[in-house]
Amino acid sequence: MSAARQNRLNTFAAHGALILYTLIALFPVFVIVINSFKTRKAIFREPLVLPNADSFSMIGYETVLKQGDFFLYLQNSIIVTVVSLFFILLFGAMAAFALAEYRFKGNTLMGLYLALGIMIPIRIGTVAILELMVQTGLVNTLWALILVYTAQGLPLAVFILSEFMKQVSDDLKNAGRIDGLSEYRIFFRLVLPLVRPAMATVAVFNMIPIWNDLWFPLILAPAEEVKTLTLGSQVFIGQFVTDWNAVLSALSLAILPVMGLYVIFSRQLIRGITSGAVK
Amino acid sequence: MASVEIRDVRKSFGPVEVVHGVDISIGDGEFVILVGPSGCGKSTLLRMIAGLEKITSGEVSIGGRVVNQMPPKERDIAMVFQNYALYPHMTVSENMAFSLRLRRTEKALVTERVHIAAEILGLMPLLDRFPRQLSGGQRQRVAMGRAIVRDPQVFLFDEPLSNLDAKLRVQMRTEIKELHQRLRTTTVYVTHDQIEAMTMADKIVVMHDGIVEQIGAPLELYDNPANRFVAGFIGSPAMNFMSGQIQGVNGTAVLRTDGGIDLPLQAAPAASDGRPAVYGVRPEHFILSDEGAEASVVVVEPTGSEIQVVADMGGAHIVAVFRERHDLKPGQKICLQPNPELVHLFDSDNGQRL
Repeated sequence: MSAARQNRLNTFAAHGALILYTLIALFPVFVIVINSFKTRKAIFREPLVLPNADSFSMIGYETVLKQGDFFLYLQNSIIVTVVSLFFILLFGAMAAFALAEYRFKGNTLMGLYLALGIMIPIRIGTVAILELMVQTGLVNTLWALILVYTAQGLPLAVFILSEFMKQVSDDLKNAGRIDGLSEYRIFFRLVLPLVRPAMATVAVFNMIPIWNDLWFPLILAPAEEVKTLTLGSQVFIGQFVTDWNAVLSALSLAILPVMGLYVIFSRQLIRGITSGAVK
Repeated sequence: MASVEIRDVRKSFGPVEVVHGVDISIGDGEFVILVGPSGCGKSTLLRMIAGLEKITSGEVSIGGRVVNQMPPKERDIAMVFQNYALYPHMTVSENMAFSLRLRRTEKALVTERVHIAAEILGLMPLLDRFPRQLSGGQRQRVAMGRAIVRDPQVFLFDEPLSNLDAKLRVQMRTEIKELHQRLRTTTVYVTHDQIEAMTMADKIVVMHDGIVEQIGAPLELYDNPANRFVAGFIGSPAMNFMSGQIQGVNGTAVLRTDGGIDLPLQAAPAASDGRPAVYGVRPEHFILSDEGAEASVVVVEPTGSEIQVVADMGGAHIVAVFRERHDLKPGQKICLQPNPELVHLFDSDNGQRL
């Protein structure tokens, strides 16, 4: 009986901690969203109060949708994020498969070399990257961003995925070989479905930094027609006057697509994180 | 169906040679078991037949075709793995149909073949389940079903029963043998369990340290082991070995053990007086009598159908098995008479049979 009671107490404590953490994590988001529906005065006077009849205003959203080319920015962001994720997952999984599956000279060395990218921030190479992009004529194109983000995401992807692929049983792959699968089909039809949770984990870990990045869009693709959403929102932040309504509205809108992607990946993600611990 | 020829096959991993020239010929429809302690190269040999491991030198042919350079899928084989290796994201019927679908077999034919195999193995009610919803024995049956639907020339089994519990293992043993009697497909089966080998095989290949020690029918290996390793490996409880010297006493030959006990021999090898040798006698070939080699009982282990007696004979522990329920106590002095017709004599240096 005492065990049961203690169990309930434990459950209660665990949930309490989780709820507290959720509140802390969601608080800034919550403040952004409620203030995006308020007049400028209300934002500054009572930032933590929900919008009421007096303070309710859609002015921010109107500005965003009218002034900046919001939908173009949104589209750019989505293209960059989705295409980068696709390449990270595809090339990352392929490299991971080769490292995990085949015995060749320099296998370990290659693995270490690929993992090195996790420790060295890609931003150190910004100047060189910019020069390269200028020479190849990729400045102010979405490809510039996609290539850089792919390079940035690959090391961690290879690292995580190769660990997971090593856990896929050899017998299973051999059974596939005997059944007549080529190496490519073993990769696509046997191994990839089995490491799907790990792929989702990699996708989520990479998605958010790419979506939120301001640095590379500002340097590599600042032109109007290739601005990403994060960069686009900056037009409302001026040196002297900041249109807070518009900034908050743009940020609120920017949350939606990532949330959508996250929901798609999250079911897999949870399995990916726990799959090492509980079989 | 086909015969399998293995000619002087060697395998090296880097500088280390693990299979040192193996010759085995497996007849059409034969059930051959490769058996040996772990690390003897039996699994490596099987994987070379399957094409999962490159053959360093020598030749493997299946149905008259040399398959050394062929990838596994072209060898027309099916393999059952120790941990089943079922595709976890496919149902039982998809698992079984997979290889046929890859060959673009007609749909109706695939369904028919899957149903026939499922019928044979009693898997009909499980066709829509996923592997994770099955028990160990059921999974093993699905793995066998996957092999059956392909109707291959050769079945390869890699320790298929090692993951099952003891009772199920005995049951699956019978099922696999029954299956073979029904399908008559050439089968190569790897195990470390000599009882599996004895009960299932048409022909046993005993391997040790990368070489073949002896090839033969189960009872042939049991009755006439070629050397000390085979004699000790086949049979449970294992054969007793006592080393000593061959001597002639009163016109009959005996082996005088290092502990000074005389054990009877039927006929001594020529010119062998004083020659050191190892005397081998199976536990069930001792007779409890009034005369013979003296021993004192150490442990008595009744199994129900028989009693196993561990006894001290001239300083060496030996095991004797009796079907009769002798009333023996630890410490008791007994006389054990080995049946000289069923005794084996081995060279004390190279272990070969004398």
